[in-house]
Amino acid sequence: MRLGKRSGSVAALKVAAVGAASMVFALPLTGAGAVSVNHSSGPPVALTGAGSTFDQPFFTLGFYQYNKKINSNVTVTYASIGSGGGQQQIESNTVNFGATDVPMLTADLAKATAGTIVQVPVDLGGEAISYNVSSLPQGLHLTGTVLAEIYLGQITNWDDPALRALNPKVSFPNQAITVVHRADGSGTSYAFTNYLSDVNSTWSSKVGVGKTVAWPVGVGGQGNEGVAGLVADTPGAIGYVELDYALVNHFKYFAMQNLRGKWILPTLTSVADDAALHPHVSSTDFAIDDLGGPTKLAEAAYPIDTYSWLAIYEDQTNATTATAMVDLFEWMTHSGGQKYAKSLDYVPLPAAVQATAQKALQEILGPNGKPLLTKAAIAKYGK
Amino acid sequence: MTVGIRNPGTAGQPRRRPAVPNGLYRAGLSVAALVFVALLVAFVVDLVVQARPAFAHFGFSFITGTQWNPVTAHYGALPFIVGTLETTVIAMVLAIPIGLGAALSLSHLLPSRTRAVIGTAVEMLAAIPSVVYGLWGLLVLAPWARTVIEPAVAFVFGHRGPGGGSEIGVGLLLAGLILFVMVLPTMVAISRDVLAAVPTEQIEGALALGATKGQVLSRVVIPHARAGILGAITLATGRALGETMAVTMVIGNTPAITHSLFGTTATMASIIANQFTEATEPFHLASLIAIAVLLLVVAALVNVAARMLVRSVGRSVSAIAVA
Repeated sequence: MRLGKRSGSVAALKVAAVGAASMVFALPLTGAGAVSVNHSSGPPVALTGAGSTFDQPFFTLGFYQYNKKINSNVTVTYASIGSGGGQQQIESNTVNFGATDVPMLTADLAKATAGTIVQVPVDLGGEAISYNVSSLPQGLHLTGTVLAEIYLGQITNWDDPALRALNPKVSFPNQAITVVHRADGSGTSYAFTNYLSDVNSTWSSKVGVGKTVAWPVGVGGQGNEGVAGLVADTPGAIGYVELDYALVNHFKYFAMQNLRGKWILPTLTSVADDAALHPHVSSTDFAIDDLGGPTKLAEAAYPIDTYSWLAIYEDQTNATTATAMVDLFEWMTHSGGQKYAKSLDYVPLPAAVQATAQKALQEILGPNGKPLLTKAAIAKYGK
Repeated sequence: MTVGIRNPGTAGQPRRRPAVPNGLYRAGLSVAALVFVALLVAFVVDLVVQARPAFAHFGFSFITGTQWNPVTAHYGALPFIVGTLETTVIAMVLAIPIGLGAALSLSHLLPSRTRAVIGTAVEMLAAIPSVVYGLWGLLVLAPWARTVIEPAVAFVFGHRGPGGGSEIGVGLLLAGLILFVMVLPTMVAISRDVLAAVPTEQIEGALALGATKGQVLSRVVIPHARAGILGAITLATGRALGETMAVTMVIGNTPAITHSLFGTTATMASIIANQFTEATEPFHLASLIAIAVLLLVVAALVNVAARMLVRSVGRSVSAIAVA
């Protein structure tokens, strides 16, 4: 999952689930009486944000739960207009926060009109390399190099010696491979092409890394649901989707070989292990490449995954609004909010990355030049 | 049909209130018409200004270039121009004869009760949102195209030329078929109305002279309605050129020119829809807006071509009449 766009039917289901959850929670709260009074603090604050569609299901549920359980005076309006739109909105300072799947780079940050921008990792997801070949079992072995050769158009048939060598006990059908990729610009593609560039030099020199690249071969689907639809409908197809799309659609997906030579299926645990290998992830060094770390984690880590990021101005002009915002995001990036992310098949942020997020939030300053994140908030949510 | 209101208030009806002075009347209505011109100018100016970096940097090669690579910032729009024209041609080649046939039977051949039922069905087709057409194309038509249409086409043409490429369902042919279904209601509804407006006297006159039903339709009804029919074709073509959502969902989105009916490609509208939200590089954005300018130009050219066609057809028909 990554950054991609989680729109369409799955998102709709999730939003519906959020609505249903709200009713469930509303009843006991009303029964207890005066809950809203207990859970409100400070003056009413209305926050606005814009950006990544990948974040939207998590934000919808998380903001709702924060309002219900932590502070009913804080309401958030989030427009999921895509990461590019989110970056433009925060650059022109028309929203309180932006959300983007690939962090804003130096050139983007230079366009910001209201000072320095702080970027905070907010959620995490893994990508499943799915395939639709009825005669093949789930969980075939695949290396990054061979995956790149398929996406380069060098391997075009399922009955290829490279695939047979990785799966000696499996009999492959003589069937053409249909490569499926994202047609729209997306962080999912960024993480995927970033991985292929790391493992295959031909890919890195001929195609490169990007939210949109010049795909050598294949068919483009719009959004994760578009790729999932093409994979589901096309015998012989291979495609990368956010993990929950593979789970919901009952796709078969590969066990990828990680740097330690282990075959790992994408799961919430294996993606979290990979992220935990890179505790020092930052907005300038954000790729979660599988490059070492403690043996136990490294052996269990799944290699294709990525974060999504918040973009917030460092110097805030409205202390009330900004205090509420950092409190909200401290909660969102720690166990309080992340448990709702997990319920939606995002991978909970590893402890080290929660600490990174907290450190970034502490850089956000009020009009008086002092950090806005209170010790109380850190003590309350920041475990 | 157009009705000219040149001189309101001079007809012989009784009048209670003083008439609005003609000058004022004309001025008020002209302002309303000028809003369109102003909007069009504002559109074009804004698009051209924002697209300038792309045109300035790539020059004419933006139109002739076949590479679209956001990683290296090389942008050429030819695959999308060709893709747009290819899908539109497929759609119109099917829509013109079928739409015209349907319009003729709805206006002159079918019993009136059947006309009402089919007419309603046509209007309902026009009301279906394009995303629904796209979903239907992707989930229903694509598997059918893969297992039935494409093998059939490949059987006729062989696996080369228009029948080449792999049979995966989505692609040029499917996009053209979806567009055909989408423009058909426009084609049928407008041509039906202009065909029905042909004066009964002329039809009866032809019948009295011993013309068969087919002769009446081809020599009296269609020539009389030709301007309206060409208007219908122009409108339908315009819709086919600019349709975005449904095409994006079924065309395969490969930024390359295809010579095969089964090949995947992209159109000007689909590349904009796909890449606009995540285009953060300035050149990328300018190039997408430049494609919007080109789409506007292509649509305008098609419109002008249709007008010239109307005029030349008008001339040839009157020439026949004189002869």
